[in-house]
Amino acid sequence: MSTRLAEGGIYLDRSEKRTFTFNGKRLSGFAGDTLASALLANDQMLVGRSFKYHRPRGIVASGAEEPNGLVNMGKFGTFEPNQRVTTTELFDGLQAESQNHWPSLEFDVGAINAKLSKFLPAGFYYKMFIHPRSFWKHVYEPFIRKSAGLGKAPKSRDEDTYEHFHMHVDVLVVGAGVAGLTSALVAGRAGLRVLLVEQTSRCGGRALIDGGQIDGLDVADWVGQTWGELNAMPNVTVRTRTMGAGVYDHGYVICYERPGDHQPDADGPRHRLWNVRAHQVITATGAIERPLSFAGNDIPGVMLASAVRDYLTGFGVSVGDRVVVATNNDDAYRTAITLHKAGLVVTVLDARPEGAGDAGLRADELGIPVHKGRGIAKVHGGKRVTSVDVCSQAGEGAVLESIECDAVAMSGGWSPVVHLWSHCGGKLNWDEEHAMFRPDPARPPLGANGEGFVVPAGAANGALLHHDVVHDAWAAACTTVDTLGAKVSGKAPEPSDESTKPMTPVWMMPQGAKRVLREKAWLDYQNDVKVSDVQLAAREGYESVEHTKRYTTLGMATDQGKLSNINGLATLSGELNKPIPEVGTTTFRPPYTPISLASITGVAKGDLFQPVRKTPMHDWHVAHDADFEPVGQWRRPYAFVRDGESVHDAVMREVKNTRQALGLLDASTLGKLIVKGPDAGKFLDMMYTNMMSTLPIGKCRYGLMCSENGFLSDDGVVARISEDEWLCHTTTGGADRIHAHMEDWLQCEWWDWKVYVTNVTEQYAQVAVVGPNARKVLEKLGGMDVSKETLPFMQWADGEIGGFKVRVYRISFSGELSYEIAVDAGHGLAFWEALLEAGEEFGVMPYGTECLHIMRAEKGFIMIGDETDGTIIPQDLNLNWALSKKKDDYLGKRAHEREFMADPNRWKLVGLETLDGSVIPDGAYAVAEGDNANGQRNTEGRVTSTYHSPTLDRGIAMGLVLHGPKRMGEILTFPKVDGGEVKAKIVDPVFYDKDGEKQNV
Amino acid sequence: MLTLQCPYCGVDADETELSPGGEAHLKRFGPGSTDEEFEDYLFARQNPKGVHFERWRHAYGCGKWFLAARCTMTLEVFGTYSAQTTEPPQTIKDAITAKRPGWTWGTLS
Repeated sequence: MSTRLAEGGIYLDRSEKRTFTFNGKRLSGFAGDTLASALLANDQMLVGRSFKYHRPRGIVASGAEEPNGLVNMGKFGTFEPNQRVTTTELFDGLQAESQNHWPSLEFDVGAINAKLSKFLPAGFYYKMFIHPRSFWKHVYEPFIRKSAGLGKAPKSRDEDTYEHFHMHVDVLVVGAGVAGLTSALVAGRAGLRVLLVEQTSRCGGRALIDGGQIDGLDVADWVGQTWGELNAMPNVTVRTRTMGAGVYDHGYVICYERPGDHQPDADGPRHRLWNVRAHQVITATGAIERPLSFAGNDIPGVMLASAVRDYLTGFGVSVGDRVVVATNNDDAYRTAITLHKAGLVVTVLDARPEGAGDAGLRADELGIPVHKGRGIAKVHGGKRVTSVDVCSQAGEGAVLESIECDAVAMSGGWSPVVHLWSHCGGKLNWDEEHAMFRPDPARPPLGANGEGFVVPAGAANGALLHHDVVHDAWAAACTTVDTLGAKVSGKAPEPSDESTKPMTPVWMMPQGAKRVLREKAWLDYQNDVKVSDVQLAAREGYESVEHTKRYTTLGMATDQGKLSNINGLATLSGELNKPIPEVGTTTFRPPYTPISLASITGVAKGDLFQPVRKTPMHDWHVAHDADFEPVGQWRRPYAFVRDGESVHDAVMREVKNTRQALGLLDASTLGKLIVKGPDAGKFLDMMYTNMMSTLPIGKCRYGLMCSENGFLSDDGVVARISEDEWLCHTTTGGADRIHAHMEDWLQCEWWDWKVYVTNVTEQYAQVAVVGPNARKVLEKLGGMDVSKETLPFMQWADGEIGGFKVRVYRISFSGELSYEIAVDAGHGLAFWEALLEAGEEFGVMPYGTECLHIMRAEKGFIMIGDETDGTIIPQDLNLNWALSKKKDDYLGKRAHEREFMADPNRWKLVGLETLDGSVIPDGAYAVAEGDNANGQRNTEGRVTSTYHSPTLDRGIAMGLVLHGPKRMGEILTFPKVDGGEVKAKIVDPVFYDKDGEKQNV
Repeated sequence: MLTLQCPYCGVDADETELSPGGEAHLKRFGPGSTDEEFEDYLFARQNPKGVHFERWRHAYGCGKWFLAARCTMTLEVFGTYSAQTTEPPQTIKDAITAKRPGWTWGTLS
């Protein structure tokens, strides 16, 4: 059994007890524990069930690579699934539940899948569940969804807060082990701006466990001293619990800090995402130990050798009284020696006939039994290890002896963590001697200047031994400092040394393992991929490692194959009889380990999701029960709903009132661009399809804008302000876009034209005063002459109304007598309220955007975004009158000459009047005779705007119809989604006041 | 995420501050041009693997359009320059030649 020893545990503070629950069971640990070490201290070997076969699974590793120990953490608003126990620091009150089992962890019905494993090989789902087709949706998928899967999806809203940091540095060092500390020290002493991040809560990395000396100091003391020096440097920022998550183009790096996970009740954000811009990145990300592929290597109690000694030295936890160490390298001897010194019984099975170097001698001195050339044939046990069958590594698995034990410590060698090097294009070489992929210094990821910007250091660069790590990190840091034009000071640190024997690659144990053994030798613990699965994929023709990955799901779990990938591709290479570098690796993609979606969101949620633009009258609208709709980033009142009314009722009332009495519209959102300069007229003649340079001062003209491709892009009324100044109204959503469009042409094509464009949309509040009583209310407020004679339709004038300085435009989008009045934004609300007060005797009511829409549709006015969709030209909307024939050129003119733009078969705008008075569904298509090539009904038109007109008390619509204007009076049929249909007559799109008499009074 | 220096305000701008505007140095064809010329102007783009000239706008900065010479394969930036020019300045062309001898792009080299 696994247990806490009476002594030891360099990470622990035994005076600080921590209590927590696992599956409702109350357990305890100490400050400094991870959830993994605390579970092991409580003999909780079984922590979960595997994804596919529901096999019992225990903790394998001690760090970020852990595939099995995933739990649901927290409750309600702090609930989070798939949390790794090895990277979760223990805190008081922690609640964890194991995943993927029913009804309980100890007794899981799904484990029947394991008995069927022979019938569930790689690709089983693809092969089996394809027939019959209908079964997938109704039988197979619901069943598989229930039986497979990891954590539960959270149901409550996240209670925590998250934030982003931005930082620019000369050097970002990822990892604060000996290599990272060495690198940061060199860069820091050179005076560079340095950020050093470490994913765990403490610096020092493996050296704290594995020991060694630097400059005559014990490495733990050297680490403490160096950490102190770095913290004291003003140009160096250090951050623990911060992972280098991803490296992107031009030195952009995402780091993921977890300041709140270990202290959920503390103030501040739970996670923090760092957006770092670094000139150079040093990846001192260490290495990950590889498992060995032998039968039963997934039984709880089989762990990485490094993890076994981490738990013992770091946390004072023994994972078993009797441990078998299986290895192909010297490093695992450290585990054997550590276990032996703690008084535990240990046996070493070294797959190498020649055994180990210095470490082997020490083991011999201590009397540790070492069996050379031996491996594990099979591990016995169910929910925990009971014994190990020993065999000859060179053989097929004949059992030489059995060893009773509680745990197995395995080591298949080490793989450098090359993820961050690879994210942005750094390439790898296969190192035959050490059987590992390591960064190819000749092919680094390239920065903006075309030079490499990532430098690997220490174990991440393939330097696995203590003295190599220190030397390599020193060299990496010197190169980096040199690249940045700074000077290295001080001399290289001097590490201690020891002699080792080379490791021997062991991709299968024993080498000639029979099929029954291979079927129990796991590669990917979380996704249940075995040696036999990868071999089957290879036999079925999956030669590409990327295809094999997706077919077998190897490396596709939440650990992204940190333990399984190298063993998997070595297995594939063996089966394909191709060297490992030819098989290659799958792509390393960010993030290094999963990061929370909430950290990516940061503060951009709720009210801060996006900025909302508000007019000066916005608060009044809120206070008067406006039903808002988003228009671009604005919120505009859709209708002002009164007590007892539905939104629809309110809209109908607003239309009737505006047509019969007086309505006010907050038109402040309308885009307003000032175009000024000696060449402004010439410029606007290019921007608009109609002539703007000839517009007399004091007059207004409706204009159309097309893209160079000829499609209608925006519309609005242009007013000539002075000899060299025009004011262009754009649509609400179009102001910024059209401003940018104008700037584009001015800066990039006609840069010698003397024109300035300024967006003054927010400088003015604008109110449309609309209806038969519009003039009366303005005359009552008084101050300027707004009579038909002085201020006729389509003119504007500056003046004063009711004491407000105003600019009044006689323009109408409703067909009624209408004044659009602009005042300084700061006076917008006061002016609005003054109009309401004065208008009371004239029956004033504010109206919203839907009323605006209905009134313009009754008048047959087009709306950008309704009648247009980026494929519509002015000719489609019968707006030929707005296309100047006098101008040689304007944007879109050449495009309109193209054959298909002049095609008489383009659908054209008409009005549609339903026969039964109902409203045609928006976007409905008119069907024509016959079917198209896909067997669908042919169409001959579609609806672009459709409303109930309270003025006419019937459904009216506008639509684009084949040969529409020539087919007045014809009846079209529009099928509805509910199966019925609506018939509508083609009519003129101007439904109301065809001669425009009302707006011109 | 790219970093480009805005030649107007001198800021090293993250890609999030910029909006892209497609290929640079297009010659506009208007009324009177042939269908082929107009089609080329509107739609035909170099889309090279390697040296390329592009339009960018410092949209969340000074608002100015500028041009950038960069490698579409390695994302190396050879330089940025004013949009008020019909072809890249000699210094930019020299910078490209130093890194990519023998480069060509349209009629440029």
